Amino acid sequence: MLQPVTEPTIAELSAEGRVGVSLPRCDVPEAPLEELIPKEQIRTDLPLPEVSEPDVVRHFTRLSQRNVGIDTHFYPLGSCTMKYNPKVNEEIASWRAFSGLHPYQPEETVQGALRILQSLERFLCEIGGMDAASLQPAAGALGEFTGLLIIRAYHADRGESHRNLVLVPDSSHGTNPATAARCGYQVVKVASDERGRVDLGDLERHLSDHVAALMMTNPNTLGVFEDQIQEVCELAHSRGVQVYCDGANMNAVLGICRPGDMGFDVMHFNLHKTFSTPHGGGGPGSGPVAVKSHLEPYLPVPRLREEGGILRWNYNYPKSIGRVHPFYGNFAVALRAYCYIRQLGPEGLRSVSEDAVLNANYLLKLLVDGGADKGLELPYPAPCMHEFVLSAAEHKKATGVRTADIAKRLLDYGFHPPTVYFPLIVEEALMIEPTETVSKETLDAFAQALLTILDEDPGVVKNSPHTAPVSRVDEVKAARELNLRW
Amino acid sequence: MAYLPNTPHLRAEMLSALGVESAEELIDRQVPGKLKFQGLLNLPAPLSEMELLEELERDAACNQPAGDMLNFLGAGVYDHFVPSAVQRIISRSEFYTSYTAYQPEASQGMLQATYEYQSLICALTGMDVANASNYDGATSLAEAAILCVSATGRRGIVLSGAVHPAYRKVVETYTKGLGSNIRTVPTPDGVTDPNTLGELLAEARSGEEPPAAVVIQHPNYFGCLEDVSAVAAKAHDAGALCVVCVNPISLGILVPPGSCGADVVVGEGQPLGSPMNYGGPLLGIFACREEHVRRMPGRIIGATTDAHGRRAYCMTLQTREQHIRRERATSNICTNEALVALAAAVYLSLMGKHGLRRVAELCLQKAHYAARRISELRGYKLAFSAPFFNEFTVETPVPASRIVSELSQEGILPGRDLSLDFAVGNNGQEVLKDARRPNFLLLVCVTERRTKAQIDRLVEALSRYQPDSG
Amino acid sequence: MEFPEDLRYSKDHEWVRVDGDRATIGISDYAQDNLQDVVFIDLPEVGRQLQQGDIFGSIESVKAVSDLISPVSGEVIAVNEELPDAPEIVNQDPYVGGWMIVVQMDDPSEVEELMTAEQYREYVEEL
Repeated sequence: MLQPVTEPTIAELSAEGRVGVSLPRCDVPEAPLEELIPKEQIRTDLPLPEVSEPDVVRHFTRLSQRNVGIDTHFYPLGSCTMKYNPKVNEEIASWRAFSGLHPYQPEETVQGALRILQSLERFLCEIGGMDAASLQPAAGALGEFTGLLIIRAYHADRGESHRNLVLVPDSSHGTNPATAARCGYQVVKVASDERGRVDLGDLERHLSDHVAALMMTNPNTLGVFEDQIQEVCELAHSRGVQVYCDGANMNAVLGICRPGDMGFDVMHFNLHKTFSTPHGGGGPGSGPVAVKSHLEPYLPVPRLREEGGILRWNYNYPKSIGRVHPFYGNFAVALRAYCYIRQLGPEGLRSVSEDAVLNANYLLKLLVDGGADKGLELPYPAPCMHEFVLSAAEHKKATGVRTADIAKRLLDYGFHPPTVYFPLIVEEALMIEPTETVSKETLDAFAQALLTILDEDPGVVKNSPHTAPVSRVDEVKAARELNLRW
Repeated sequence: MAYLPNTPHLRAEMLSALGVESAEELIDRQVPGKLKFQGLLNLPAPLSEMELLEELERDAACNQPAGDMLNFLGAGVYDHFVPSAVQRIISRSEFYTSYTAYQPEASQGMLQATYEYQSLICALTGMDVANASNYDGATSLAEAAILCVSATGRRGIVLSGAVHPAYRKVVETYTKGLGSNIRTVPTPDGVTDPNTLGELLAEARSGEEPPAAVVIQHPNYFGCLEDVSAVAAKAHDAGALCVVCVNPISLGILVPPGSCGADVVVGEGQPLGSPMNYGGPLLGIFACREEHVRRMPGRIIGATTDAHGRRAYCMTLQTREQHIRRERATSNICTNEALVALAAAVYLSLMGKHGLRRVAELCLQKAHYAARRISELRGYKLAFSAPFFNEFTVETPVPASRIVSELSQEGILPGRDLSLDFAVGNNGQEVLKDARRPNFLLLVCVTERRTKAQIDRLVEALSRYQPDSG
Repeated sequence: MEFPEDLRYSKDHEWVRVDGDRATIGISDYAQDNLQDVVFIDLPEVGRQLQQGDIFGSIESVKAVSDLISPVSGEVIAVNEELPDAPEIVNQDPYVGGWMIVVQMDDPSEVEELMTAEQYREYVEEL
C-alpha cells in the first residue's frame, strides 16, 4: 500500500533520552576510560538520533510501503532479470550454520560451506561451458574487472603488454567501458549493423595486435542473439585477441547454448539476475567469473582445493591476479544461487530460458501489433530472445510525450516501468524483460496498460505519476542544489 | 515446475498468437544449430522444496558456526549483537526484491533509507558526504586511493603496514591498471610512526612518485589506535590526502577521523547490523570532504522536492557513474550493497547515540579485561604497547597455529594466527621487520557478546600452553 | 530554434562571436535544448592555452555529460564566473548571458573554417 504523505527522517523522530535497544551491564571489572584510551582520542559528541524501537520499526516499515519490488509489482527492467526470489533460499541463508560462519575459522569447521562453493563453481562452469571459476567478485562490474585483469595478465605473460585497447559494442552496458578504463585500457567502440548485431566489417577494421580484448554480451542488450558469435571469436583469436562475455543476459540461454562453446575465453555471471538471488534495492549481488583453461592460472586467490579429503583455501597460484575481495566473495548470495540451481536441476533451468523467451516474444507481439499506429516501433525485427527494445521516438514526435513520461504513467497502472533510454543507440528506448516468472495474464495486463497510455491525454501522461507516494521528482534541483545528508 | 506461472495451456495460447509450435522454434530462428547444447546440462537432478531443505541441512551439519562457539576472531569481520528488528525490516520484500532507484517515484522507501544511511555515516565519521555503499572495506579503500590519485594528479600511494593485509592485496589489484606505485610504511611497533612516515614521504616526493594518498587503518589490523591527527598532518605537508579506514563500532567511543584531518574515511560496515556470513556480503563505507564529492564512486542519494513541492529523494550526480560517463566514470560500480546499508541504517537508528556508545564501551572493557588476564599468564605478553579498542595482539609461548588448531576442537576460536598474514616472505619483513616472530602472534578480538565466563574460559585454555611445553 | 547570424558555429555545437582577434565562445541553442536542464559546468582557468579541437571543459545535465570543445586556438583570457553557480543561464540565454570563455586567438583565420548560421541550421536539421 503506497502512502502519499511525506515521511520524516529518522533524525526528525529523535528525542533526547529515547533508547532503541537494551544492552546488558558490563560483567567484567571496568577501568576508567582515560586509562585505556588517551583522553584526546575519546569522543565527546556522537550526533546519532535517539529513537525507540517501536518508532524505528514503524518508520522503516512505512518506508517499505513507499517502495516497489518484484513481490509487489511486475518489474520488467530490461537487462536486470527481475525474476521471483524464492523464499526457501531466504530461509536457508538465515540459518546460523551459514550466517554465523567467520571467514577465518578453520576450514575443518566449514566443510559444508566449502562444498557448496566448490559445487557452485562447478555448476557455473557447466552452465557457461567453461573450465574454472572464482566466486570472489561481489557484483557484475567487479566480475568484468576481474575478467579484464585476467586477460591483461595473460597477455603480459606472453610478452604482449603492448596490447592496450579494448573493443566494446556501441550497444554495451556502461560498466563495460568503465571497467576497461579502470584496467588502464583505451576503449574503442564497434558499430552495430542494421540487424542490431556487431558489425563484422567494423570489427575487422578495428582488430589489430594492439587490441587486448573484445567485450560482448550474448544475447546483446537489444535482446538480439549474436548469431555470428563463433565467427567473431575466431576472428578475434586469429589476431591474438581474447573475448570476454558479459553474462548479464544468461537467462535467455540456460541449457540452450553456452558462452564457452561460442568461443568466449572468459565470462562473468550475475547471480542476482539469472540465478534468482534478490536485488536488495541495489545489492548485494555477486558476479562470479569463469574461464577457459588457458586463463585458469590467473584467477583470483585463494582457490578451493581438496587436500587429504578436506577442502582448503589455497594461495599457491603464482600467476594469479591477486585479490578482488578481502575474503571469498558474497557467500550468502552464492548460497542462494546454489539452492536455486539444486532446486531447478538441468530441466528446470532449460524451462526458465524457454519461458523467458516465450514471454518476451509474446509481449513483444502484443506491443508491436497494438502500438504500431501509436508511434511505438521495433527497431530490430522479431523474434527476440528474453528481452526486446522498442522506440517511442515516433510517439514523441506526434504527441510530445517522451519515454520517460510513459514510464512514470505505468506506475499509476500498478507496474514498475521497464528500463528507459538504454541502449544508447535506440532513440526514446524502452527495454523490456518480463522474465519467466510472470503469467500470460500479467503480460496481457501490462500490454493493455502501455497501449492505453499511448492514447491518453498527453497532459496527463506528462505530469504522471499521479498515484505514487510522490509526484514527478525534481532531479534537476537534486543536481543543482546538492542535499546529500540531513 | 517451480516458479513458472504459465501452464501448458497458457503456453499454447501464446504460441498460437505467435504462430509457432514451440518456444524452441523461436530459439531456433535465432541460435544457429551448431551452437546449441545437446541434451541436458550435467547438473544434479531437481529437488522439491522439502528435499532441498533436507539436502542443505546435511551441508549445514558439516559447519560449526563461530557464532555458536567461543569466538574471539575479528580481523575484519566481527561477531556483534544484532537487534532482531534489523532482520525483520530488511526481510520486508518491498525492500529486498526492489532494485536500483532508476524511477525515484517507485523507490522513495529505499531512497530515503539510503539518504538516512548516508547522513548517519557522516555523523559517525565526521565527514561531509557519504555514498550509498561500496562492496566492502577493502574495495572502498582501493576506491579512496584512486580518488586521491585523481584529485592530486599524483600517483604514489603510501600504505601503513598495519592496514589489513587482505585490504592491501585488494588495493594492489585495483590499482594495477592505473600505474600507481604503492609504498609500505613499516610498523614494527604495531602503529604507524609519524616520523617514519615523514621520512618515507620525503623520499617519495624527491623520487618519481610524489604521494597522492597516505592510508592508515584505525584501529589498525593489530588492534592498535593510530595517531590520526599526526598522520594527516604529515600527509598534508607532503601534498598528499589522508585516507583513514575505520571500524564503525569503535567510532562510538573514538574521536572521528573527520575531526583529525582525514580527507576520505572508509571502513567495513558489516559490524553495523549484519551477520558474519562467511565474509560476504559486506558493506563498504565511503565518506569524504565536500570538495571531493564529484570524484566519489558509487551511488549518491540526494533530497529534493516533487512536482507538488513535497520532500522527495532521488539518485543524484549520476553523471559520475558508469551508465552515463561510461569510460570516464569515477568507478565502474553499479550494484553495490544497498540492503546491507539499509541494515546499517536500521542498526544505527536502534542503537542511537547511547546504544552505540554503550556497545563500544562494552567491547573496550571486555577486551581490556581479557588482555590483562592473558598478559598475566606465564609465557604470554601483549605484543605492542600502543592503546587499543577491542582487538589486541598477543605474543604466544608456542606457535599460535597450534593453539588455534587445538582449541578449535574444543569449540574455542582464540583469534587469528598472524603467521597466516605475515609469514616470512609474505609481508612479514616489510611490516614487522625483525621486531616480532609472526609465528608467535595471535590477534584476539572481544566484542560485547563475550561474557566474563567465556573470557575466563579462554584464559584458562591459553594457560595450558607454557614456553617449555614444546 | 535560434542561430544568430553574426556568429559562427562548430560541428560540436559551440558558437563563436568574433571581436578583432578575440573570440567569445558558448554552446548553441540546439546544444542546450538537447542537453536539457544544465546542472553543472566545468570551465578552464584564465591563462590556459588551447588548440583548436581541445576539450576545454564539460557541461552536465541530470542524465548526460558533454565535453566542451574549443573551435579555435589561443589563450583563455576570460571565464564567465557566473555560470558555475547558475548553470541554468546556459539554457535561458545561450548566446549572451551563457557565454563561457573568451580566447585571444593565435590564428583568427581559423574562424573561417567554422559554419555560418545558415550552414549550421542545415547541419542541425540533418542530425
